[in-house]
Amino acid sequence: MIGKTILESLPYQPPFLFVDELTKITDNGVTGNYTFKESEYFYRGHFKDYPVTPGVILIEVMAQIGLVCLGIYLLREKFSDIKKPQIALTSNNIDFFLPVKPKQRVNVVSEKIYFRFNKLKCKVQLFNEKNQLVCKGDISGMLKINDKK
Amino acid sequence: MTREKLITSLQKIVKPYIQDQIAFENLNEETDFINDLKINSANLIDIILDLEDEFDIEIDDESMENMLSVKSAIDIIENKLAES
Repeated sequence: MIGKTILESLPYQPPFLFVDELTKITDNGVTGNYTFKESEYFYRGHFKDYPVTPGVILIEVMAQIGLVCLGIYLLREKFSDIKKPQIALTSNNIDFFLPVKPKQRVNVVSEKIYFRFNKLKCKVQLFNEKNQLVCKGDISGMLKINDKK
Repeated sequence: MTREKLITSLQKIVKPYIQDQIAFENLNEETDFINDLKINSANLIDIILDLEDEFDIEIDDESMENMLSVKSAIDIIENKLAES
């Protein structure tokens, strides 16, 4: 229920929305997933005749689920239809272990390190369908509620 | 703790985040974190969290918004240390 509200509040839309479902969300972390469609625009170029999900897109999945969804949840009391969150990625440090192919589902597990002065920093891991670690690292971003319409 | 000692501790804490080496070498009370040292606002928050740990103080939102220069940071730390 709360997960659905958060998804509706996300400032993204296809082809750059990378959250299908949130399975758990608390003040300390979030778990959610996304399934890569065969038709995703980036597979046409990454790579020629050999589609593999780009690392930057995996970071985007981790940031949208692990940081933005969690941030909206943490700011839920200040949030309303007329007040949209302003967000900006500020840093990330990710290690990659396995590739992700089209039609694979990935599961993101994010733990809050801190949320202070509008900066959210999380330890984020991304797993494939076999529950193997694909990539992990720390991601930080700034989130605040814009008072203007 | 003297003001000079505070500045020395502050200097150690800001070092990993500075983007302007010359401004850092010439650091004084008038140095501005964003305009002189070219630190971004996200890293400024890390500096404030490091200062909290270093001096065992808690910095509130209002103080944080004023912590834009070496002078204002030192003033705030001195006040917090005096309170505790």
